Amino acid sequence: MNINWKWDMFFDAFPFILKGIGVTIGLTFACFLFALIFGFVWVLLRRIPIKPINWFITWIMEFIRSTPPLIQLFFIYYAWPMVPGVGASLSSFESAVLGLGIHFSTYIGEVYRSGIEGVEKGQWEASTALNFSTGQKWLKIILPQAIPPTIPMLGNYLIIMFKEVPLASTIGVVGILALADTYGTEHFRMLESYTIVAIIFLALSYPSAILINKLEKKMNRRFDKKAAIQD
Amino acid sequence: MTIHAIIDVFPVLMKGINITITVFLLSAIFGYLFAIIAGLCRLSHNLVVRGITSFYVEIFRGTSLIVQLFWLYYAIPMLFNVGIDNRLMAGVLAISLNYGAYMSEIVRGSILAVDKGQTEASIALNLSPFQRMRMVIFPQALRMMLPELGNYLIQMLKATSLVSLIGMTDILYHGNILRSTDLSAAPTVYLLLLLFYFIMALPLILLTRKGEQISKKGVAR
Repeated sequence: MNINWKWDMFFDAFPFILKGIGVTIGLTFACFLFALIFGFVWVLLRRIPIKPINWFITWIMEFIRSTPPLIQLFFIYYAWPMVPGVGASLSSFESAVLGLGIHFSTYIGEVYRSGIEGVEKGQWEASTALNFSTGQKWLKIILPQAIPPTIPMLGNYLIIMFKEVPLASTIGVVGILALADTYGTEHFRMLESYTIVAIIFLALSYPSAILINKLEKKMNRRFDKKAAIQD
Repeated sequence: MTIHAIIDVFPVLMKGINITITVFLLSAIFGYLFAIIAGLCRLSHNLVVRGITSFYVEIFRGTSLIVQLFWLYYAIPMLFNVGIDNRLMAGVLAISLNYGAYMSEIVRGSILAVDKGQTEASIALNLSPFQRMRMVIFPQALRMMLPELGNYLIQMLKATSLVSLIGMTDILYHGNILRSTDLSAAPTVYLLLLLFYFIMALPLILLTRKGEQISKKGVAR
């Protein structure tokens, strides 16, 4: 079997595809920021102490989490403008931020929740005893303790989102995958252009994963130490 | 969105349900297979076996599923100059290799998490390494894996929607055709598709919860 690989194609396509990296990374961070903020909304909604509402929110989150982000993107991009009354036409970039952002906000919300549940009960009681208002309690006592331990987990989600972002090429966001498509169809060479996309993804996500892993170990040690002092 | 619209759209989408379910079941079977094989290989004492599996796992975890899918479907036939045009194979392989790589980490982690005393005891009982893994270590590790493996089942179901991008006629493919002929049908189409996926995911969600219960039951903490 002869291998049909063309290096000249590879070097010709590389700079062309690399032009899309800004959009891909920009979209990743835009989605991530959206999910970080919207994750808090889920946390707040789930704390409403009325049973049916709580149940409803839980299932809405479950629905968003267990249906494909690809179809959610299509829904927002194609169907949302058609919905009478509330519908609005969004650009493909905006749709991608909204679609992927909402999808991952349900995961991020769970991360926040685990962080908040990890804060010791005594901290709540102490801040009540010290007569903190609800706002102060959250901003000064609970969140500063709840969020830092979740940072490695949030970092992992950033990498996961980076790898989901090429889905946005299906609704016309011109990142590296869409450019690879263009180059490939123009030159009838899908092989080199898709390989380049894979290499770019690997080159960015693998070192970040190692970095996050190191951070996680460092954080674990730090929080273990704190726990040890408390004991 | 009216009842009439739903009645029009529903049967069209149903045409693709066979493909979606076939891809899902095959991906799940091969995904677990790859996960167990790769998980065990990464614990091997043989450096070559361990190296090759690590390479596979890192490559597939480091790139996107959609890129892998396109690569397997468009690039591989070109690389070897062969004319295989098998969408089902490309779709199932992409999903199962991708999630197999992720799940192999869980398999490996769970096996490592089984208490060392179990290994020592089975050596003392003169079990062969294969017996040790099959009868003592793996059954205990499996229980720890259950919740995570259940979660990945839902992830794999979600991933089956991607096969429409390489032209497989699954439910999303039929939905997209409907939308391209009549844009006003788009809300009905995509809402129904989301509901389809959610209904398919429901038993898996419940199964995962069951798995969590099983993995917690009777474990000293």
